Amino acid sequence: MKIDHSLPLEYSTEENRLKILGFWIFLGAEIMLFATLFASYFTLVDRTGSGPSGADIFEITPVLIETIVLLTSSFTIGLGVHAMRIGNKKAMLSFFAITLLLGAGFLGVEIYEFVHYAHIGAGIQTSAFTAILLTTLGTHGAHVTLGLLWGTAIILQVKKRGLTPETANKSFIFSLYWHFLDVVWIFIFSFVYLKGMM
Amino acid sequence: MEFFERFAIPHPSPAIYASMVAIALTMVAIVAGLTYFKKWGYLWREWLTTVDHKRIGIMYLISALLMLFRGGADAIMLRAQLAVPENKLLDAQHYNEIFTTHGIVMILFMAMPFIIALMNFVVPLQIGARDVAFPRLNALSFWLFFMGAMLLNISFVVGGSPDAGWTSYFPLAGTEFSESVGSNYYMIAIQIAGIGTLMTGVNFLTTILRMRAPGMTLMKMPMFTWSVLVTNVIIVFAFPVLTVLLAMGTFDRLFATHFFTTTNGGMDMLWANLFWVWGHPEVYILILPAFGVYSEVISTFARRNLYGYKSMVASMVLISLLSFLVWTHHFFTMGQGALTNSIFSITTMAIAVPTGVKIFNWLLTLWKGKIEITTPMLYSLLFIPLFTIGGVTGVMLGMSAADYQYHNTMFLVAHFHMVIIPGVVFAMLAGLTYWWPKMFGFMLNERIGKWTAWIIGISTLVAFMPMFFSGLDGQARRMYTYSESTGYGPLNMISFIGAVGLAVGFVLIAYNVYYSVRYSPRNISADPWDARSLEWATHSPVPEYNFAIVPQVDSSEAFWDAKKKGHELFKGEYEKIHMPNNSGVPFLMSCIFFVWGFSLVFSMWIPAIAATIGILACMAHRSFEKDHGRYISVEEVEETESKLRGAS
Ligand code: HEM
Ligand SMILES: [Cu+2]
Repeated sequence: MKIDHSLPLEYSTEENRLKILGFWIFLGAEIMLFATLFASYFTLVDRTGSGPSGADIFEITPVLIETIVLLTSSFTIGLGVHAMRIGNKKAMLSFFAITLLLGAGFLGVEIYEFVHYAHIGAGIQTSAFTAILLTTLGTHGAHVTLGLLWGTAIILQVKKRGLTPETANKSFIFSLYWHFLDVVWIFIFSFVYLKGMM
Repeated sequence: MEFFERFAIPHPSPAIYASMVAIALTMVAIVAGLTYFKKWGYLWREWLTTVDHKRIGIMYLISALLMLFRGGADAIMLRAQLAVPENKLLDAQHYNEIFTTHGIVMILFMAMPFIIALMNFVVPLQIGARDVAFPRLNALSFWLFFMGAMLLNISFVVGGSPDAGWTSYFPLAGTEFSESVGSNYYMIAIQIAGIGTLMTGVNFLTTILRMRAPGMTLMKMPMFTWSVLVTNVIIVFAFPVLTVLLAMGTFDRLFATHFFTTTNGGMDMLWANLFWVWGHPEVYILILPAFGVYSEVISTFARRNLYGYKSMVASMVLISLLSFLVWTHHFFTMGQGALTNSIFSITTMAIAVPTGVKIFNWLLTLWKGKIEITTPMLYSLLFIPLFTIGGVTGVMLGMSAADYQYHNTMFLVAHFHMVIIPGVVFAMLAGLTYWWPKMFGFMLNERIGKWTAWIIGISTLVAFMPMFFSGLDGQARRMYTYSESTGYGPLNMISFIGAVGLAVGFVLIAYNVYYSVRYSPRNISADPWDARSLEWATHSPVPEYNFAIVPQVDSSEAFWDAKKKGHELFKGEYEKIHMPNNSGVPFLMSCIFFVWGFSLVFSMWIPAIAATIGILACMAHRSFEKDHGRYISVEEVEETESKLRGAS
């Protein structure tokens, strides 16, 4: 395996560069996935049938908590990657761990939110609107859940194997994924919640 | 007993029972055969765990050919039922099931894998690479496709086939009107195969963008590789739409949500729209690689550089963009108003322009060429006029006002078969014949091949031309019978004869394989067609590392120029070669996907959850696994090379 030391560790081998490009392409597909969900959301948002509308059920407090928590986690994973670049394994691991904890916090609030919706009669079977709302949020939430599992696996590997071209590459790609989920959330926050509450 | 009742067929018939017995016997025969000849280990080591793009390509090919026969059997049944008025061969329900599975199987499990087969086998060779970017992912793509296809294929013996058309429009496909699990199979089987295809898209884009031989700039890529590049861009952008669509359909069916229902705000037209937002690009995913094959074949056998290389590329890029802007033409009659229809009429007809450019480029390549009629060339020459019939009738259908007359008639059926069969199927058969010697080290028999091409070409006309006329006369599609007084009888009888002709052609292909395996000479050269691109610069069959030395390229006809102008392709010494390791995990994971899908089809939640955990476990295994591949030493390369040089 040829290692190019002039580049950051995560880019240092050809295999690593391929993986990063491949992941960007995958994110392109993910953008289409969420774009389809958003397009469907906008189509169905007013089709509430006999169920509630967004304005009836959205609550600002949990949504704000989710937003702040997730945005912070995007910042901390950025710090994590920075720590990785300067070779500080300990700091990197701490930042990654904080990121995942924040992710778990986000997920906790989201689960609370879902239970709450179910209680007030906005379950997935209520109307076209609730179906697409919960599917869009749920798809994002499922991505976060998978991210938690994936991130844990990466922390364990960096801990055991140290910062190698391989583990650095995985960590970097994971950070791309995490930032992407954050961007999607910003769209959800603006166009689902804020627009719905206005 | 109650538990097993759910697996029963809702509309059994003797034919289905006979198939059950036949399937069971075949399975027993395969297991017995493998055990008797002690081939389990070979199968596992060389095929089930392989990550080699060439072998994966061959597995795609075998699956595609098998599915061609499954879909073909469906087609013959459909045509036989329609051959005479008021026929009692099939009842309405069976006819519905058969045209549905025929469409799904032919498009998603025959045409797609056929294309991906050629893509897998040819592209890394054409760009001078040793494999694709992510060989392990490639194996996963194949096995997911395969398991998806198998899941759909068992539907007619376990629980019942889908019966709402390959477009599966709601509310018909909802639980209210499609009570059996058939449409669950549709949603989940296609989902599994679709994820595989999406991964193929990511893989090949990365491969083509990053792994080309030194000197091969984008504008020096062979045209087939270009077509695959553009196709994979479409795959990456179109397939996620399908993923979401099928997920929503699954929710409606399994969890009683209201995406596409007619109550509680549901919107059936959302399905139709999203389906075709994926569906129309999908038809270009099928046709563009076919165009790529024709470009290779025509320039090889006209012995000329492809005319208008740049306009070929530009037209493909334009087609790929336009393909996302025409989807409403599939339902002009479903109520979106004159303005929308007019806009989509114009975008639709606009696609004919870049397509026409390509047709003229091929004609101009042939012009003044020293044409040699081989089997692949014969298919290509048959393609041009036949495909034009399909294309021109497409433009007719694209006129939204006139479409009220054509829509949902046999005219439409004739149109898409005249584009798909001459366009895609002929191209795949041409490509199969053309690259066969590279895959297997011997040629398919040319005499049988040409007979087959003529039979298939003429039968296509006989089978589908009459449908244009009966369609204009008002014969509806997806209707299981018609009365004698309509006068459609004779035309449908002619179609049936054409369908039998096509069946004969397909059987001849199988016979040709058998014949050539037995009698074709094995001492052919590595370049039997006197071809132009890099895949012909290495041995046949190709060694696992493809090229002992990475080729250096300086034109779009690299190998041709190497032969004619003395350009040196292989400079330098042998070096040790890095190769990926085999792995059984993709196969295993896809088997778990099969269980997952099967459990969801029948709403069996506990096995579904267990399978989900199994899938996650496979992913975790991949994450923690240390797999650095292996090296082929210089001595080994030397040995293989001298052996192969002796052989060819
Ligand atoms: C052996 C040659 C073939 C014959 C005789 C044949 C015949 C037919 C017939 C009779 C129908 C049903 C028409 C109706 O009642 O609506 C049909 C539908 C269809 N066929 Fe074929 N077909 C052949 C090959 C193919 C191939 C090669 C493909 C694709 C690669 C294909 C794709 C389709 C599709 C997508 C449908 C529409 C299914 C639906 O309505 O849901 N066919 N075909
Ligand atoms: Cu279309």
